[in-house]
Amino acid sequence: MRMIRELANPTRFMSLSGALLPWVAGLAVLLLGAGLYMVWFTAPPDYQQGETVKIMYIHVPAAWLSLFFYMIMASSALGTLVWRHPLADVSQKAAAPIGAAFTLICLVTGSLWGKPMWGTYWQWDARLTSMLVMLLIYLGILALWRAIEEPNRAARAVSILTLVGAVNVPIVKFSVDWWNTLHQPASVFRLGGPTIHSSMLVPLLVMAVAFTLMGVALHLAGMRTEILRRRVRTLTILEAERLDAQAA
Amino acid sequence: MSHGFFIALSYILTALVVAGLILRAVVDHRMQVRALAELDARGVGRRSRRG
Repeated sequence: MRMIRELANPTRFMSLSGALLPWVAGLAVLLLGAGLYMVWFTAPPDYQQGETVKIMYIHVPAAWLSLFFYMIMASSALGTLVWRHPLADVSQKAAAPIGAAFTLICLVTGSLWGKPMWGTYWQWDARLTSMLVMLLIYLGILALWRAIEEPNRAARAVSILTLVGAVNVPIVKFSVDWWNTLHQPASVFRLGGPTIHSSMLVPLLVMAVAFTLMGVALHLAGMRTEILRRRVRTLTILEAERLDAQAA
Repeated sequence: MSHGFFIALSYILTALVVAGLILRAVVDHRMQVRALAELDARGVGRRSRRG
């Protein structure tokens, strides 16, 4: 909690994130290289799906990041509304396009995996539909950020929408347990432990960590840019006020 | 269509989306740094330290 309070100072955040960013990005690239090597050269084909199972190594991490970034946005929304943390809405705004992009990747790769395995690109089952709803919520949040110019007002409106949309997170996660779906049930993050053989589980986890670090690096970079954008906005307003005063 | 087509298309589209995210981050950051520098050059800089 103390660290979060210390990071409330944007200048301190810029300095800390500037030092951290190259390491996180570098580690993400290294792990992504290692993960892709395992996927293409050591992971075995599935006994039923053959090589098509390779889509799993990008589909599952993308799905995980879609939920991960939504949880970041929901925590940031609480930070904005409850604690009024100065960086909470910065974090929320930076997370939205990243979460939306990974949700899109999840849907597209799932569709491309579904066609050869299920014989269809799309099925209105609970998991696929709730994931599509997730993308629509992300797009709604992005649109709301653009619709309101004043950052603080926009942050409050977006925070409320984000918290309302958070209802969809458990629906996405548990849809395969609550309803009879074409999508398979959870096979990694489940109570009884993973049901995937280690020869596939290890590359999958390496790819998941690589994607997560890549997402964190993009989020840090996005937050830094958003802080700069707000400085530009403040200084532009100051300049306009100064010019007005000179003209008067 | 062969299964290879679906695998390749999945990886290509993922790479394109991720490349788009990275490109957007870099371009946006440079634009803000440039805008701050211009404001600084006009003497508006209050405490416009660049990150």
